[in-house]
Amino acid sequence: MASEEMEQLVRRDYKQGFVTDIESDTVPPGLDEGTIAFISQKKGEPEWMLEWRLKAYHQWLKMTPPSWAHLDYPPIDYQAISYYSAPKKPEDRPQSLDEVDPKLLETYEKLGIPLHERAALAGVAVDAVFDSVSVTTTFKEKLAEAGVIFCSISEAIREHPELVKQYLGTVVPTSDNYFAALNSAVFTDGSFVFVPEGVTCPMELSTYFRINAANTGQFERTLIVCESRAQVSYLEGCTAPQRDENQLHAAVVELVALEDAYIKYSTVQNWYPGDEDGKGGIYNFVTKRGDCRGDRSRISWTQVETGSAITWKYPSCVLRGKDSIGEFYSVAVTNGRQQADTGTKMIHLGEGSRSSIISKGISAGRSNQAYRGLVKVGPRAKGARNFTQCDSLLIGDQCGAHTFPYQEIGNATATVEHEATTSKIGEDQLFYCQSRGISEEDAVSMIVNGFCKDVFQELPMEFAVEAEALLNVTLEGAVG
Amino acid sequence: MSEVQGFLDRLSERAAARGAEPTWIAARRQAGAARFEALGFPDRKVEAWKYTDVRGIARGDFALAESADFSPASAAALTLPIAAHRLSFVDGVFAPALSDLGELSAGVSVERLSQALAANHEAVGGALGRLAGVDFSPFTALNTAFAEEGAVIRLAPGAVVERPIVLQFLSSAGATPRMSHPRVLVTAGARSQATLIEHQVGEEGAANFSNLVSEVLLERGAILTHYKLQELPQTDHHIASLHVDQARDSRFTSFNLNLGGALARNDIVSDLNGQGAEANFFGLFFGQGRQLLDTHTLVNHNAPLTFSNENYKGILDDRARGIFNGKVIVKRDSQKIEAHQNNANLLLSDRAEIDTKPELEIYADDVKCSHGATTGQLDEEAVFALRARGIDEATARGLLTLAFAGEVMEQVAIDAVAERVELAVAGKLPERFNLAGLVEAAVALHEE
Repeated sequence: MASEEMEQLVRRDYKQGFVTDIESDTVPPGLDEGTIAFISQKKGEPEWMLEWRLKAYHQWLKMTPPSWAHLDYPPIDYQAISYYSAPKKPEDRPQSLDEVDPKLLETYEKLGIPLHERAALAGVAVDAVFDSVSVTTTFKEKLAEAGVIFCSISEAIREHPELVKQYLGTVVPTSDNYFAALNSAVFTDGSFVFVPEGVTCPMELSTYFRINAANTGQFERTLIVCESRAQVSYLEGCTAPQRDENQLHAAVVELVALEDAYIKYSTVQNWYPGDEDGKGGIYNFVTKRGDCRGDRSRISWTQVETGSAITWKYPSCVLRGKDSIGEFYSVAVTNGRQQADTGTKMIHLGEGSRSSIISKGISAGRSNQAYRGLVKVGPRAKGARNFTQCDSLLIGDQCGAHTFPYQEIGNATATVEHEATTSKIGEDQLFYCQSRGISEEDAVSMIVNGFCKDVFQELPMEFAVEAEALLNVTLEGAVG
Repeated sequence: MSEVQGFLDRLSERAAARGAEPTWIAARRQAGAARFEALGFPDRKVEAWKYTDVRGIARGDFALAESADFSPASAAALTLPIAAHRLSFVDGVFAPALSDLGELSAGVSVERLSQALAANHEAVGGALGRLAGVDFSPFTALNTAFAEEGAVIRLAPGAVVERPIVLQFLSSAGATPRMSHPRVLVTAGARSQATLIEHQVGEEGAANFSNLVSEVLLERGAILTHYKLQELPQTDHHIASLHVDQARDSRFTSFNLNLGGALARNDIVSDLNGQGAEANFFGLFFGQGRQLLDTHTLVNHNAPLTFSNENYKGILDDRARGIFNGKVIVKRDSQKIEAHQNNANLLLSDRAEIDTKPELEIYADDVKCSHGATTGQLDEEAVFALRARGIDEATARGLLTLAFAGEVMEQVAIDAVAERVELAVAGKLPERFNLAGLVEAAVALHEE
């Protein structure tokens, strides 16, 4: 790859970098019991929720940030962050899209997400999160007809406390890790999905998260529960405006699948990665875990990670049920000075549980990327099966690609396979394409897309198109 | 902390008994002791020791051996029956009666460490500790503090050693458990060639702790094949680290064969510092009972056009635990690298456990790197196929287990070593099954 093209790649601008000027109701930076009480009160939460938050806060105080990841960043000052920000006048929240602040709609427009159009055309219900408060929820009625609950977590805490109480924190306990504890104490929004027994959710559910007000970390909490024989496909997409300060993002996602249930969770993450010197950019510390609680349940994670300055994310599956299935499909692209330490954990506890992991990493510029995975087979997981394939593609000689796969196998009937390769785009492959009249840029794009095919084909249709476009944008310049 | 203190007390007792030493040696011991004191024994929170509990060593009360008494009969049975240049140590103490260096060709020197230091302490002392610093692990620090005996092998440029050099470390079943901290240094001049065998073996019931550190410096074009055959009794504790520095076009091949020990930990590190340098790591660990066999390997591709290839097989039965951690680091600007790594494991029992982690850290783009790790069990269809041909189940399983090890074992060029391993692995085969006969028949068939 010619060096000026590399230059171009590094200098590419963040297309979604802009700031929407909406007055925010922001709490001053700092974190103590008062902040948590403020958040809880703002959200109109019951007493037990505040207690739950405070318990998490006290656990967090005793914990230290993890240092094992292959990441390099200055220590985060948790007292310099503002933990609550909401668009003004939360009480008269718009009831439909027409009532939504036109400025907000404009923001989505710029993002290329024409909310109403998209919702109508694609049949997707959108629970758009602007900063920390759910602004609008569409298609609620259609979902209600099917008996599906899809609302913000704050609303769920108020409207469906018994469900939230039953499942919240059962997959990711408050003391699970440093960032999960922090999230449990201060989470401000996120989605709640409940699909009752035997129901297949009539449409794909989607939430677009967007961090807006400067200095505000976003701590969303998502909980998805599928009862027996229920099914849901959930889409999460992210993008954030350009900022100079690093923005902390520590989300927790919990999935619960009971007997024969199927949850498909797809993510496209395109947050601001920082400028060419690595300045700014989102710090993304996410705990995502699915619990295949019931027999024959299935949880599938698909992620396309192109953004954030730092990504620390390991969507995992606890395969508790007999013959349960866990899947992880990931494409991670890093460029500039981005750092990503991502992967998955498959914990096989149930007999006959199966999991597959397909991870594709592409590093360019001066970025560093690590796949970190764990496949653990417990003594009772008779006949457990895992297949892992993780491939890395290197573009340029200043980047790094690393693989840290852990296998802990405690069962003689388990079959576990791991394969990994690291290479660059073959000169012969490029030559082959170019000799057939395909430009270098198109050839690289084609090869990279082919490299990611196994993952893209797991994405829902609209996401797959978006993901391919995103990949091309991210590698623009590098690929030509 | 008191566990650390116990070892430090032993060290000062020993220092008092030993009398004065050259200051530079004393300074090194000091540095080793200080580092060991600072680090302490690793607990499970230390990533490199995540799966390996060393409390069995830390809490042990090990004395330093004073004599090299060993029953000649059992020594004869344990010694590898091959023509070799042999140095023997019993619990770390040199055993002249069991050693036979024989005729060494010109340019080849094999000496005991104590001897080499006395005779030429500058040449030997300068190289010693260059590769295995006290920071590597608490155990290398401990070895640096205690090391008195071991071997120094020096090959002049172009020297070729025909017979293998065998360093035999015997563990005796004494009244009190003993510890030893042997140190080995190999400096191989340009284009020299040799085969080195480190053989750990012991009497039934021996419950000692051996802590070996080996350093190998290969100059341009040097070729060294290193065998480690560890057949200690299942009550012994063994820690070893092997550090290799490879100059341009040198080739290092390691066979790391671990069968024994209650706990055996091996670290192998190779630095490929010159273009064309090549490292081949082959390994096999076979655990039974409650054995814990831990191997950590690290290949540093510090120069362009360097190659590494690694193949480890693990077989675990009963409640044994195996740990494999293979790491390859490709430095920035080390282009045109090929690095391949494979670890396959066979679990024969439901209570056995394997923890494997093949790691890649790559900072250059023109590379071909791969790694694979698999864990599984014997193929029931293959067992059936053999049984359908009149072979009983136990034999069929034994044969298939042996076949699993075959990929590594067929690379072993010394028959006596291969036989020891194969007998251990297929030990459950019934008497009537003539393994050697089968192998001969297969070879004959192949030659036809």
